[in-house]
Amino acid sequence: MKLKVDHVTRYHYDHPVRGVVQSHRLIPSRFTGQRVQKWDVTVSGGIKGGGFRDGGGDWVQAWSVPGPVSEISVRVQGIVETKDLAGVLQRHREVIPPVAWLRPTAPTRVDAALADLGHSVSADDTLALAHALSGAVADAIAYRPGATHAHTTAAEALALGEGVCQDHAHALIACARVRDLPARYVSGYLFASEDDTPHEAAHAWAEIWVEGLGWVGFDPSNRCCPDERYIRLGAGADAREAAPIRGIARGNGLESLDVTVAVDAVQQ
Amino acid sequence: MTDFFNEMFDSGAVRVPYARLRDWMEEMPAELRSLKQAEAEALFRRIGITFAVYGEGGDPDRLIPFDMFPRVFSHDEWRRLERGIKQRARALNAFLSDVYDRGEIVRAGRIPDRLVYLNEAYEKPVAGIRPPKGVYSHIVGIDLVRTGPDQFYVLEDNCRTPSGVSYMLENREIMMRMFPELFRANRIEPVEGYPELLRRTLASVAPEKCRGEPTVVILTPGHFNSAYYEHSFLADLMGVELVEGQDLFVEGEHVWMRTTRGPERVDVIYRRIDDPFLDPLCFRPDSMLGIPGLMDVYRSGGVTIASAPGAGVADDKAIYCFVPEMVRFYLGEEPILENVPTWQCARHDDLKYVLEHLPELVVKEVHGSGGYGMLVGPKATKEQIEAFRLKLLDQPSNYIAQPTLALSTVPTFVEEGVAPRHVDLRPYCLVGERIELVPGGLTRVALTEGSLVVNSSQGGGVKDTWVLAE
Amino acid sequence: MLSRTAANLYWLARYMERAETAARFLQVGARIALVPNTGHGYRNEWDALLRAAGTADAFARKYGEPIQRNIESHLFFDHDNPSSVAACLRRARENGRIVRTALTAQVWDALNTAYQELRELERTPRGELSMVALTDWTTRTTALVRGAIDATQLRNDNYDFLHLGYHLERADNTARLLDVKYYVLLPQVEFVGSGLDNYQWMTLLRAMSAHRAFHWAYGGEVTAARIAHFLILNPQCPRALITCVEGMNAHLERLARGYGRRTPAQSAARRMLAKLAETEVEEIFDEGLHEFLSRFIDEVGALGQTVHDSYLSGDVR
Repeated sequence: MKLKVDHVTRYHYDHPVRGVVQSHRLIPSRFTGQRVQKWDVTVSGGIKGGGFRDGGGDWVQAWSVPGPVSEISVRVQGIVETKDLAGVLQRHREVIPPVAWLRPTAPTRVDAALADLGHSVSADDTLALAHALSGAVADAIAYRPGATHAHTTAAEALALGEGVCQDHAHALIACARVRDLPARYVSGYLFASEDDTPHEAAHAWAEIWVEGLGWVGFDPSNRCCPDERYIRLGAGADAREAAPIRGIARGNGLESLDVTVAVDAVQQ
Repeated sequence: MTDFFNEMFDSGAVRVPYARLRDWMEEMPAELRSLKQAEAEALFRRIGITFAVYGEGGDPDRLIPFDMFPRVFSHDEWRRLERGIKQRARALNAFLSDVYDRGEIVRAGRIPDRLVYLNEAYEKPVAGIRPPKGVYSHIVGIDLVRTGPDQFYVLEDNCRTPSGVSYMLENREIMMRMFPELFRANRIEPVEGYPELLRRTLASVAPEKCRGEPTVVILTPGHFNSAYYEHSFLADLMGVELVEGQDLFVEGEHVWMRTTRGPERVDVIYRRIDDPFLDPLCFRPDSMLGIPGLMDVYRSGGVTIASAPGAGVADDKAIYCFVPEMVRFYLGEEPILENVPTWQCARHDDLKYVLEHLPELVVKEVHGSGGYGMLVGPKATKEQIEAFRLKLLDQPSNYIAQPTLALSTVPTFVEEGVAPRHVDLRPYCLVGERIELVPGGLTRVALTEGSLVVNSSQGGGVKDTWVLAE
Repeated sequence: MLSRTAANLYWLARYMERAETAARFLQVGARIALVPNTGHGYRNEWDALLRAAGTADAFARKYGEPIQRNIESHLFFDHDNPSSVAACLRRARENGRIVRTALTAQVWDALNTAYQELRELERTPRGELSMVALTDWTTRTTALVRGAIDATQLRNDNYDFLHLGYHLERADNTARLLDVKYYVLLPQVEFVGSGLDNYQWMTLLRAMSAHRAFHWAYGGEVTAARIAHFLILNPQCPRALITCVEGMNAHLERLARGYGRRTPAQSAARRMLAKLAETEVEEIFDEGLHEFLSRFIDEVGALGQTVHDSYLSGDVR
């Protein structure tokens, strides 16, 4: 499938700030499932900084915007050709060993309820167990936009019984860890116009390490594994680590944010 | 436990390195001694080194007691130590470049993977990043104790930012001012080259993108930090700027320093702040001490950070047990310096042994420092031992245990005259393009009679450390 | 040099000068209070001084009535008052501690000794301290630090930023002190021949440690115009506004030469100096002394901001 992305993030500061630095994970991952045809990231008034491939295999690109500045827009435009690999992250090069992804972070910390949820399923092999965990998370946390916020933890979302893709991914990571399976958070895009379910085009899911297969993606929000509708950008231990854009402004300006994402299928 | 090695007197005879100190010691009248001691104290106060060593915290205006009786090594003793220290520093750095790359030592099954990769100090963000010249720990502080003429043990390694080097320099400065005759009578290797050596070491690991003479700075948490004096002292002697996080900013591919003439590029940052505070964009988002975006510049080769973020995984007390293994694995050599035999309470058999032998052992927290939260079996009461047993059973993996070592003694000026007191040693090994060690270090002394705890927070003092020239 | 280091040096000097000013305020206040009837009342005198020190409201909130002892506490010891001698000395020393390696041993020693002695004074029961002793100690201490700076500091940019701080603070303080007492320099019928105006003038000069100097400079009769000339336009007077502006201008020029780069600060200082140099004392009285001083205080403030933006803020390009 050929997917076209147009993703614009606008930052506004009520007082001009001294300067802004950003760290982007906005380049589609390199693996068998996707091939970039065209990709372009621009930052208004920005100076491109250093770039490097990190231990998780993602390309990280630094940007800075010298101040005083009160408006910044980051635009991502491109076309990617995708293939359905049933969620398997084939031929993705990375340095960090799977076991390192067993370390908890604040949003993915396991409480008693998450431990129970993690132990609530059983399966014959790891792949089946991972599927079962993803299903259990989808059952336990209903998809409801607006129910949670950016800093909600997996434990809080589970207690609430509602959440969005971020909460699903956090909860699945926590449950996987309960079963001693390395897991991580993935951010990317989703092309979702074929049915009417209102899923955001900026999407997130989880990957679980399955010995023999490698990293396999699971998307509890859509009860499936990532297929050709998905574009993978980068991974981290949680939403913050995997964020496509991380930034900090120096100065006292209060930040407001406006994001539009469009993912469309290109007519062949 | 009764026989301690006295570094000056061996079965009544004066050992060679101390030969010329005997007369000095015996001929110094008591009045002169107390006069000199007061003079030394006044000098310290005037210079203002009143800071805590080893991250012990405490009152920043407190003086650490200085004992005027020097600790002396012969040329040959030192050469052997030097070889051992350099060997260890090489192995520790090899380990760090390995575990942030392919992790061969883990794949070979020589170190358990979880001990490394689930360690608090292992930093995922620097995996796959090779720092300039492959050096992670540029200043390796190795804490040593001595139990016999030829027997040294490594107590612990410090790969992050070992402190206390300003004491090494100031102790020498003060001794030379007060007792010039001693320096005429003995041929003592100088240590004053350390700051320049440190500057050269740091300049030798400038990043790829640096053009021309590298700009080196020292990054301090700020003037409220208890080691601020050491930071400003070193910056001054090295002739580099002492900066706080707010003085630096990231733009484009570099880190810049805010100066009165505009931005000036910074190439090497000797940081005296911990990893979590370096960059709020990468680590703790609430850090006010760091520089947003620093880690991206670092990882793309725009700046060198010394020690490299993530270096702490090599000096963890649980990893410590494997350092001799690292020496064999990476260097194909036998370790020159021995580890203290260590029981890891996380292991079932070890825990069993430890619980049976508590009164003879020293039990330490894996992540503790400063001599707190530890049990010194032979000095503890029955109640203390029992209370510790409960803590140990509660969280065994939090503890390691070691035999109580018979720390050597060095003559020390005390109320009644001169008496033996227990000492340890921290030399500072510099790793850059080359590995260098100035002949000397910081000797800490337990001033209380019989005490084996040399930490300044618990009655420890410091001594000048001499290495005699050939 | 680091912008923050420059800022620390600049503020070190400003706080030292401010501490000295607080001590002078105490001296002049105590003297004025000795006069039975100033025509404005004891209370107004202190009020004027507290206003000049910028702390009148804070004082009223904390103490209410301006009783001599409270005023002394407030201006000397009070840490809630950012302009008190104690608060200024502490902050000067803290700024110095941060940049210790930029100071010579003598300067640090003078600064640190001042701090240790201050702690001693703070531990001494108030009954054992006379106001004269306290103000004398302060002026001696500040002179010692400044003397150490002049005698031992390298004449590099460190030195320039220290002196920019001293001159800027002094210009501001002199103008403020003049401004709260400007009315004594205006001709008032009821005082003529009473000797009272003369007395007030002398007190004002005393507050600037300038009463003896005035006589050396002018001799003869003391007149309002001569005092105004002395404190505003006479470059021989170390506290005159023109002397301070000359100092700022000189150190800014040195910086521009040293750095090979001019900033808006140089132009601003040069303009101020040129204007003052051409001003006649009559013009000042024509404009209105108060109006002139208010304008000057604003200009000094603006210059301070320009110095900050050009060197200290760290946003220099």
